[in-house]
Amino acid sequence: MTAPVLQVSDLDVHYGLRRRRRQALQGVSLDVSAGETVGLIGETGSGKSTLARAVLGLVPSSGGRIVIDGEDVSGYRERQWRRLRRRGVVQYVFQDPLRSLDPDLTIEDSLVEPLLIQGVSRREAVARARTFLDRVHLSADLLPKVPGEISGGQRQRVAVARALVTEPRLIVLDEPVSALDSANRVQVLEILKELRGSGVALVFISHDLGSVAGIADRIAVLYQGELVEVGAAAAVINEPDHPYTRLLVSSAPTLRAASATRAEREELRALLSV
Amino acid sequence: MTLLSEKPAAVRPAPTVDPVLSLRDVRIGNPHTGAEIVHGVSLELTPGKVVGVVGESGSGKTLTCRAALGILPANLAVTSGSIEIAGADISTLGSREWTALRGSTISAVFQDPASYLNPSIQVGPQVAEVLRVKKGLKRREARHRAIELLQAVHLRQPELVYSQYPHELSGGMLQRILIAAACAADPQVLIADEATTALDVTVQAEILDLLADLRDSTGLALVVVSHDLAVVAQLCEEVLVMRDGAVVEHGPTSQVLYRPEHDYTRLLIDEHEQYGLHRFVKGKNVPEEQAS
Repeated sequence: MTAPVLQVSDLDVHYGLRRRRRQALQGVSLDVSAGETVGLIGETGSGKSTLARAVLGLVPSSGGRIVIDGEDVSGYRERQWRRLRRRGVVQYVFQDPLRSLDPDLTIEDSLVEPLLIQGVSRREAVARARTFLDRVHLSADLLPKVPGEISGGQRQRVAVARALVTEPRLIVLDEPVSALDSANRVQVLEILKELRGSGVALVFISHDLGSVAGIADRIAVLYQGELVEVGAAAAVINEPDHPYTRLLVSSAPTLRAASATRAEREELRALLSV
Repeated sequence: MTLLSEKPAAVRPAPTVDPVLSLRDVRIGNPHTGAEIVHGVSLELTPGKVVGVVGESGSGKTLTCRAALGILPANLAVTSGSIEIAGADISTLGSREWTALRGSTISAVFQDPASYLNPSIQVGPQVAEVLRVKKGLKRREARHRAIELLQAVHLRQPELVYSQYPHELSGGMLQRILIAAACAADPQVLIADEATTALDVTVQAEILDLLADLRDSTGLALVVVSHDLAVVAQLCEEVLVMRDGAVVEHGPTSQVLYRPEHDYTRLLIDEHEQYGLHRFVKGKNVPEEQAS
């Protein structure tokens, strides 16, 4: 058994100073293995994005440990983070591809940049960019275009391709399909499913249980900064344990049947509001 | 929930009841260039009926709603077909008649609740204003009634909420306040255009439950617009699926879900079946929830 690609143990994150100090994450522990997709779900303000940002070194943690690919990054300073990111071990995809892609760079430049930084030759980098563009089912015709000239769904696939070019061990995806319409959402989810075979670990963050259920091996539920439930996707959805998870599952709109009655939902809401 | 209106609780109306909103082959376009954006939408809404409109951004669902509310963008107009609100053809309405109609006959809530409230005025007085203008209530009566309305949309501590500012409240709470304001003058039709899209799933379910309550207690007719077929399926008896300005499917919800005719509808359903909870709950055979 190999060590997990991502090990988060007992992580605390605080925002603000002194009297305005608020705890955003409390004692969060989560492991993600190679080739595994972990879905992280929770409501607005539950700390999903904070966890993602902590793992990427974008917010400092105030306690606990983060180990990425065997490297303890907990006490890293900005310079060490930059070195780690440059190696391309961790990559990320955010909700809004317009903001994660440089609007003035062509798709080709966006894709080859992380490779050029690593010292790969331009010719080799372009060849790799083409390969990965193909992996996300986009044609090489897009290479000379800028993000403004392609559709939102295509942009998000470019963002996924950009995350893939350095062949990372871990990709953190923060609401990657939330801004997409259904056809594009399905396409991006398919691509993420296909990635599983390549051994990359995925942390897939979403507020939408539906898209998480579609691709995650395991689901982790964050509620008010704490991880209240982690388990195999089917188990979490069929036998949710924590009241919040139960409410979440019973609130999710489904086509043919609501999985809980109105009365059950009200009961759970009352339970949580205490 | 009896607070919202003095109207008797509507029993499911017989089909002979006059429609409160009817659209007949409504086409919307730019009359100067001749470009057409919405290519013929028809729907009929009787009291207590809930019709869903599903489609992606750019499918024309919002424009259709805006046409029914008389708030189309300046360069667009209804180029053919007709819209009637409670029997009145809207093409004959002047701005004074529109003002009388909006709020008291037809009302609407939209996606981003915060942008429809004045950030520097407490939320309660913004609801009370509707009552003072539309129903002619005195200041004190309006306050009293507004608090009742806040309670009717299941806001806890309505007196406290009354005197809070928009930034102190969550998105779900703001959307409830807008629903309270939209229903303050006892409209017959409420258009909810992506009203739950920006909310958490659990909050979305609360708002959908609330809309079902309002329908049951006041006979309010609803047009629920969403990009999510499941949201519409939960609440509506009838569904229109729109794509690129055209209605590609229109029928009772069960028919659209079980026997979709258009590829696009099938795509929407497939997405839910492959990536929704169905993967897991399909075998559970839970009884269908009734809104009553």
